[in-house]
Amino acid sequence: MPNPVPLYLPGDSVVHRLGAGTKLLVLLTAGVALALWRSPWQVGVALALVLFGYAVARLPLRTLLRQVVSLAWIAVPLLVIQWIFASWEIGVGVVGSFVTLVLLAGLVTLTTRTTAMIDVVVRAAGWLRRLGVDPERVGLMLALGIRSVHVVLGLAEEVREAQYARGLRASPRAFAVPLIVRSLRHADRLGEALTARGVDD
Amino acid sequence: MPEIRVASVSHSFGDGAARRPVLRDVDVVLTEHRIGIVGANGSGKSTFVRLLNGLIRPDAGTVTVDGRDTVKDGREVRRRVGFCFTDPDAQIVMPTVAEDIAFGLRRRDLSRAEREERTRAALTAYGLDGHADHPAHLLSGGQKQLLALASVLVTEPDLLVLDEPTTLLDLRNAAMVRRVVDGLPQQVVLVTHHLDLLDGFDRVLVFDDGRIVHDAGPAEAVSAYRALAAG
Ligand SMILES: Nc1ncnc2c1ncn2[C@@H]1O[C@H](COP(=O)(O)OP(=O)(O)OP(=O)(O)O)[C@@H](O)[C@H]1O
Ligand SMILES: [Mg+2]
Repeated sequence: MPNPVPLYLPGDSVVHRLGAGTKLLVLLTAGVALALWRSPWQVGVALALVLFGYAVARLPLRTLLRQVVSLAWIAVPLLVIQWIFASWEIGVGVVGSFVTLVLLAGLVTLTTRTTAMIDVVVRAAGWLRRLGVDPERVGLMLALGIRSVHVVLGLAEEVREAQYARGLRASPRAFAVPLIVRSLRHADRLGEALTARGVDD
Repeated sequence: MPEIRVASVSHSFGDGAARRPVLRDVDVVLTEHRIGIVGANGSGKSTFVRLLNGLIRPDAGTVTVDGRDTVKDGREVRRRVGFCFTDPDAQIVMPTVAEDIAFGLRRRDLSRAEREERTRAALTAYGLDGHADHPAHLLSGGQKQLLALASVLVTEPDLLVLDEPTTLLDLRNAAMVRRVVDGLPQQVVLVTHHLDLLDGFDRVLVFDDGRIVHDAGPAEAVSAYRALAAG
């Protein structure tokens, strides 16, 4: 199963050393910009810049290719549909800006420690304190969200293997029910472990 | 060693007709370095150890660790009592190894440098050096459990409670965890079905149906437990 959340790859490139806040701001700005300007050449320039970022960060080509391949499953059908029902310009604009943004988000997560991103979110969410929300909590939710993707993918793999082992054919229900049960049990245990580690205190 | 005092503790789960007593008037004082707990499935071991850091509040009776009530001073108790569970995946909070170890230190008043120093030391101590920036989900089961242990031990608890830390591990990985536990200077309370882990322990409690039915050295307690299991 392709992993939709790329993880930090240590390095000492300029991109790695850039502040987490700066990188998140760039990502946000790019999101807004690509919503406004998405003609084929504008998207082309943006994509080229992102790919340049990957090169500067000296990330392995394999990491980039793997992301492109897992994106292709959505991007190609989307492009075909837009092409048929609208025009190729719109197709390239919409799909191209989507791919560019996902790759940029990938570049940010690949070059930034989760802890550093959480620190930024915790600082940015400081104003929530006035509403009685603990910003540390918001940061923790973010970390748990990322970690949970990996755990649930692992559980899904286990359920699938267990079904193969018992010779069950793939049925969505036979897959979903044990996966949900395991995920809930995981959540229960995780809650207990968090309490034991003093998160509620 | 801290003094764990469990006084007249009873606890039940469920309501009405489904109500089931799980601990029945348990009284015990533990001051030894290494304390083992054995007993059949459902005999109340996990419930008992969850009292020690206030994860479970007893229906009746009190539990104190070094004079601190685990219910009233729960926060203070949890800072001193580290807890390691069976399933390592459910204990790891952060996506990467070093970050998970550092996580436990976030709420302590430590400078960034101190935090990093302690994290580095823990990585080395538990053989996770080479994995600092690795995603936690790619570790083996034994390495995950070592990570869970390291993340608890980096906060320097006075007492470490372990509830079947080796149950999901193979022999090699169980031996790794055992070596770490054997080398700990702090007080340890270990629940296990792997009876050989209890060699060299100071005291072993045998639970049966919510009561402590034997309380002795490891050899005597284990043979009493075997006799009990044989019916
Ligand atoms: N949260 C809960 N809600 C309801 N019943 C529970 C809960 N936790 C434990 N029990 C029940 O309490 C009894 C004792 O459970 P406990 O987990 O303490 O046993 P144990 O000695 O740790 O067993 P095992 O060796 O299987 O881990 C069991 O019958 C169990 O089903
Ligand atoms: Mg148990």
